[in-house]
Amino acid sequence: MTNLKPMYGAGAVAIALFLGACASTTNDRFDSAGAGGAVGALGSPSDPTSPAYFQQTVGDRVLFVVDQSTLTPEARATLDGQAGWLNSNPEFSVVVEGHADERGTTEYNIGLGARRATAVQEYLFTQGVALNRIETVSYGKERPLEICSDESCYNQNRRAVTVLTAGAGF
Amino acid sequence: MTALRLTCLALAFLFAMPGPGAAQSSGPLRIEITEGVIEPLPIAIPPFVAENPAAGDLAGRIAEVVAADLEGTGLFRAIDQGAFIARVASFDAAVSYPDWRAINAQALVTGAVTVQGNRLDVRFRLYDVFANAPLGEGLQFGGSTDSWRRIAHKVADAVYSRITGESGYFDSRVAFISQTGPKGQRIRRLALMDYDGANASFLSDGQSLVLAPRFSPRGDQLLYTSYETGRPQIYLLDVNSLRRRVLDDQPGSMTFAPRFSPDGNTVVYSLSTAGNSDIYTLNLGSGRRTRLTSQPSIETAPSFSPDGSQIVFESDRSGTQQLYVMSAGGGEARRISFGAGRYGTPVWSPRGDLIAFTKQNEGRFHIGVMRTDGSEERLLTASFLDEGPTWAPNGRVIMFTRETRGASGAPALYSVDITGRNLKRVATPVAASAPSWSPLLP
Repeated sequence: MTNLKPMYGAGAVAIALFLGACASTTNDRFDSAGAGGAVGALGSPSDPTSPAYFQQTVGDRVLFVVDQSTLTPEARATLDGQAGWLNSNPEFSVVVEGHADERGTTEYNIGLGARRATAVQEYLFTQGVALNRIETVSYGKERPLEICSDESCYNQNRRAVTVLTAGAGF
Repeated sequence: MTALRLTCLALAFLFAMPGPGAAQSSGPLRIEITEGVIEPLPIAIPPFVAENPAAGDLAGRIAEVVAADLEGTGLFRAIDQGAFIARVASFDAAVSYPDWRAINAQALVTGAVTVQGNRLDVRFRLYDVFANAPLGEGLQFGGSTDSWRRIAHKVADAVYSRITGESGYFDSRVAFISQTGPKGQRIRRLALMDYDGANASFLSDGQSLVLAPRFSPRGDQLLYTSYETGRPQIYLLDVNSLRRRVLDDQPGSMTFAPRFSPDGNTVVYSLSTAGNSDIYTLNLGSGRRTRLTSQPSIETAPSFSPDGSQIVFESDRSGTQQLYVMSAGGGEARRISFGAGRYGTPVWSPRGDLIAFTKQNEGRFHIGVMRTDGSEERLLTASFLDEGPTWAPNGRVIMFTRETRGASGAPALYSVDITGRNLKRVATPVAASAPSWSPLLP
C-alpha cells in the first residue's frame, strides 16, 4: 500500500535487462529486424547460406490445424528444407517457437504450443539435425502474428517458427 | 503493509441504551445472498462525523467508499443523501428512527472519524431502522491516514457481514496482468490493486512476457510465470519486498500455471518437457519435486481444494479439455465435466462447495460453476472470450477476464455473482487480464 510505488518503485524488480542475451526471447515478428539478439546479420536472400535465405526461401514457419500438432504434408516439406539448410550450415542452432490461436485458454495453449514446437523439433531430428541444436519454447496464444478475430488470422497464428541463433549447441 | 496496523475493538460500552422496544421487529435485518436478490436493500450512509478538524476531509470520503463497496455488491442501494431528513451531527446522539423510516432506509450506518497526525481512527455503528435498534456492537478501526481506504473497506465488510451473515470481501486486493500497446505487441506487466481498482501499482517493468499471477493464502506472495530467460518459468515474488526467485529451474523444461496449496507450503504447477505437459508439486521448504500425472496428454491449470486434500485440473486425455479431480498426492483422477464443449481453468471455491471454470462451446466462452462432483453446472456469463475465473475471499463473487474480438480487441476484468447476477466491469487503469483475488487482508 504505502510502500508500493507506482511503476518503477524503489527496490523494483531488476527484470530481465539481459533480454538481448538470449535469442529465444525473440519475438518472431522482429526477427527480420534483427531485434532481440537473433542472428544479427541476415545477409542477402540471394545468398543460400544466409539467414535471410532460410527465412524467406526455405521458409521458417509451419502451420497447424485447430487444436492439432500433427505435421501436414506441406509442413513436412518445409521442414525438409529447414533440415537440409541446417545440415549444410552447422554453425547455426535454432529455437522452435510454438504458438496457438486466441480461441483457447491461456494454460492449455501453452501446452499446445509446446506440442507443436516439439513436433517440429522431432521432425528436424529425424532429418539429421542434432537435438542439441534445437531448443523449443511455447508462447501459447500470447504472441499472435495476425490480430484479426477470424480464421484468416487464426490459421496464421497456429504456427511453429524456427528461429536461427548463432553458434552450435552446447 | 508495514505502516498498517489495524486495530479493532468492540465498543460495547457505547451502547448504554439497549435497543428500545424490539417487539416491533418482524425478524432481524437480513439478506440471503443465495436467493438472488431482486430488490437491493435501501441503506442510509450519511457522511461520517469528523471528530476533529483534521478529520474533515476523510470523514466524507470514507463514507463514500463504504457506500460504493456495498452498492457494488448489487445487494444494497445507498439512499441519495438529498433525501435525508435527519442529520447525524454527533456520533453518540440518539438515532431518530422515524426520520430514517420515513425515507424507507432499512439500515443506517453512522461513523465518526478522528485524525491525529498520521493516525486515523474510525468508529461506526450499524442500525436496523425498522427494529429501532443497533445491529451488533459498535466497532473501531485504526491505522495510518494513508490506509484510509482499507479502513473504509473494513467498515463495509463489517456491515456486509452483519446483514448477510457471510464474511465480506472488500478489504482485499487483486493481482493481474496489465496490458498496453497494440494487440500484436502487447507489453505485459504484473500489477496489483485494491479489489475496487484503487491504488494500482506495477510489480514488473514490462521487459519480459509475464502470465497469470496467483496469490498466496496469506496474500503476501505471488506466483507467476515469466519468460525472462527465454522460456516460461514460474517465479515466487514477495509482494512487500519485491524480492523473487525462480522455482524449479530445470534445463530444457517449461513451467507454468502455478498455484499455492492452502497452507502456502506447496506449489502445484505444470511442467512441460519434450512437448508433454504434466502436473507437479514443489515443496517450498525442502525443494522436493513430485510428479502427480504421467499422461501423454496436456495436464494443466491445477487448483487445490481448500482443505488441501484434492486437486482439480484440466486434461485433454479424453480428446478434448475436461476437468478432473485427483488426490493431492496424485494417483487416479476422476473426470467431473461431461457437458457439451471444452472445460478449462478450474478453480476451487474458498468455501469448498463449488468449482469455477472456463467453458468453450459453439464458438462462445463462458464462466461457470459446478459442484465439486461435477453436478449442477451453471453458466454465469457468455461472450466472445471469457476466461480465467478467480474467487472473492467469501466465495460469493467471481472475477475473470473478458476480451473483445478483433484487431482492436482488448482484455478487461469483470466480476459476477455466483447467482449470475451483478455482472460488471472492474475499473483498471489500463487493459487488464488474468486476475487473482487475494484473501481478506489481515
